[in-house]
Amino acid sequence: MITLHNIKKTYNKGAVTAVKDISFSVNPGELFGLIGPDGAGKTTLFRILTTLLLADEGSATVNGFDVVKDYSQIRKGVGYMPGKFSLYQDLTIEENLNFFATVFGTTIQENYNLIKDIYQQIEPFKDRRAGKLSGGMKQKLALCCALIHKPAVLFLDEPTTGVDVVSRKEFWEMLKRLKEQGITILVSTPYMDEANLCDRIALIQKGAILSIDTPEGIIRSFPEKLYAIHSSNTYKLLQDVRSFSGTASCFAFGDALHVTFTNGSDKDLIPYLHSKDHPDVSMSTITPGIEDCFIHLLKE
Amino acid sequence: MQPTINDPGKQRSTRPVITAEKLTKKFGHFIAANELTFEVEKGEIFGFLGANGAGKTTAMRMLCGLLTPSSGKATIAGFDVYTETEKIKRRIGYMSQKFSLYDDLTVAENIRFYGGIYGMESKQIKIKTTELLQELQLQDEARTLVRELPLGWKQKLSFSVSLVHNPDIVFLDEPTGGVDPVTRRQFWDLIYHAADKGVTIFVTTHYMDEAEYCNRVSIMVDGVIAALDSPTRLKQQFAGNTMEDVFYELARNAKRKDD
Repeated sequence: MITLHNIKKTYNKGAVTAVKDISFSVNPGELFGLIGPDGAGKTTLFRILTTLLLADEGSATVNGFDVVKDYSQIRKGVGYMPGKFSLYQDLTIEENLNFFATVFGTTIQENYNLIKDIYQQIEPFKDRRAGKLSGGMKQKLALCCALIHKPAVLFLDEPTTGVDVVSRKEFWEMLKRLKEQGITILVSTPYMDEANLCDRIALIQKGAILSIDTPEGIIRSFPEKLYAIHSSNTYKLLQDVRSFSGTASCFAFGDALHVTFTNGSDKDLIPYLHSKDHPDVSMSTITPGIEDCFIHLLKE
Repeated sequence: MQPTINDPGKQRSTRPVITAEKLTKKFGHFIAANELTFEVEKGEIFGFLGANGAGKTTAMRMLCGLLTPSSGKATIAGFDVYTETEKIKRRIGYMSQKFSLYDDLTVAENIRFYGGIYGMESKQIKIKTTELLQELQLQDEARTLVRELPLGWKQKLSFSVSLVHNPDIVFLDEPTGGVDPVTRRQFWDLIYHAADKGVTIFVTTHYMDEAEYCNRVSIMVDGVIAALDSPTRLKQQFAGNTMEDVFYELARNAKRKDD
């Protein structure tokens, strides 16, 4: 449904490389996640795929159409929700939605079933100007506007950035229901925990892909044994575990430390930590999360 | 003494640097912040969480002396939020992802600018600049425009600049958005380091794992503080495995989350 072959893009006459040699494809009906921090190149890829930006090298297709030759076909058949709120602030909720429906030669009624679940949540405020809406409501309106012409492919650039945990959960529920209706979705996020909600993900950093697989596949390929270590004084524990000679990597994860060892061996650590005044320290092996994998891949 | 994570106030019995008692702000009939009562100790890392629209920003603006409360009391570094706002502003640092440094100034110029704003003498500023660049290992970048720095460096620099006048308290409003997981953790190393030196940290975040790094966490829902305790005790109280569970439990029924 989406293919990229060796896509490269630079800015400032080649001085800044945004993405280098990126290739991957997204299958029909797939919920595919681009996971990476700011500056990784996520937005550049979205803009190339939505025909708003020309790549320096490489080729890409969306729904079978070439992003350069067939750009007008692509524009008719995709929905795009940019990371920056891009609706008309001076128009009301209803006016914005009507506007986008008209531009795409359709009506709100025609595809109402697609947006119904989402639109009903903001409908009580339909006469309010978009500029006066809260973040969560803006996000829902933008999603409705991106869906109103029943696109085959939906591009969502960081839809959940800066949104609280509850709204993020709700948003992913909405995506799941859209996927059930057969829409192919490419979504980007800086939140690693959202990776698990995608069918497949690409971990991306500094314009290059670190890994592409299902979330389970990425976790399975974590090459080392990972341990979680707890104690009541996490900050001191962090310093002490890092100073231990056998420690390969050590990062805080919530109330625990996630640690790998150079020889995979940990025998001497617990006595060492006892000597460092951590009487209540405990350690267990754990399954890594996507964030562990990302950190590991960054080091390589 | 080391700060003890997840174990609030343990022998950290100094005077509170933030006190709030029934602190309230109304906009017309809308009660944005409703009778907030809490204290924050010196050197504590205090997480200030809440759903979008819960009233966090209003509360922070009152505590920073930028918004006059409708009723209630609060002191910041011993100064009153009604009558001593200028003194408050001299004793606090502030950093947010949205507004921080000047892109068109170099690293050194930004430090000089903020030092000047806070009334530091140029000799002091020079010493501080050297010290700060060394701490951040940014000596080679002193003459680089901030615009050209990677986001992670900008955030670290921005945090250090918010501490340039040795404030008692620093307010961090979603300081770590958008950076990679390693850089995010390096940022927290800086936070711990500052807290260790006695700076009180007041921080908001949407990353729930970061909530676990705080000594105590308050969670605002619909204008009130719905819960306030150490992460460990909050997880016990709300029978959650993570702070995300706790937050979800408290905030999922919020009426104001969408406006």
